[in-house]
Amino acid sequence: MSHLKSRALPISKRGLSFEMFMWAFTRATALGMYGFILLGVIGALIMGAQHNMTFVEVLRWALITNPGHVESTQIADVTPWVSSFWRLIASGMLLTAGSHGVHGVIVILDDYLPKDNQRNWNRYLNMGIFGLVALAGLYIIWTA
Amino acid sequence: MGLQRNVSLSTGLRYKGHSPFWAYILHRIGGAGMALFITIHILATFAEQQGWKIGDLINKLYTSPAFQIFILFCVLFHAINGLRIVILDLFPKKLMPYYRQIIRAELALFIIVFGFAVFSVVTTALGRMS
Repeated sequence: MSHLKSRALPISKRGLSFEMFMWAFTRATALGMYGFILLGVIGALIMGAQHNMTFVEVLRWALITNPGHVESTQIADVTPWVSSFWRLIASGMLLTAGSHGVHGVIVILDDYLPKDNQRNWNRYLNMGIFGLVALAGLYIIWTA
Repeated sequence: MGLQRNVSLSTGLRYKGHSPFWAYILHRIGGAGMALFITIHILATFAEQQGWKIGDLINKLYTSPAFQIFILFCVLFHAINGLRIVILDLFPKKLMPYYRQIIRAELALFIIVFGFAVFSVVTTALGRMS
């Protein structure tokens, strides 16, 4: 397959349009989410997940490190798990994943909406839903 | 304005794009699945916190093994395929010529990780029953 020549331009020669910015944003947030998940797994292991949590519970905790995700596990003392640090990490993950996700949903739906008018509504509706759900999520993380 | 396509669904399904095409379709299904279910999960948890019964009902569905296997498929495929896309895009000149081999390696990695996840979900569910 090595006879196939790549036609990709080097990043410095591509210029910065909105599409180029969102292309980079999608990839940067993907790597950011890997960072958040890794942090969650390492934190869980430090705080005693090894003997008190199942694999699924550790994954659930690592995906969003909010207080609700450590309830109903075998962890006896949840004090270190519900600190402001973990709430801040959960908020970061929520906004990173949410903005990555809402962009993805808009891109997918754009492929099935041929009219400009429909595409505008697609943007307004999805961004509106994202705003409301992000507020609900932040409320859950900081009041639980 | 807008794109005009005159391709039926059955023609689309017979499209012979092979592994890159299926990776693209599954990436979309995984992403859309996550977006939908995480939105519902956040709203359900919000409802649960307010003491509305509908929240408990939805979140109880989410702890069922069948749903966990489905959402783990979405999350793990989207995450592993996404990492493949990021790595290919970071080094396009070196890696793009080998994209088919890289997708095969990715698929092997996905089967191992997803297999372990399914095994873990099933054994946890069996442990809870006994």
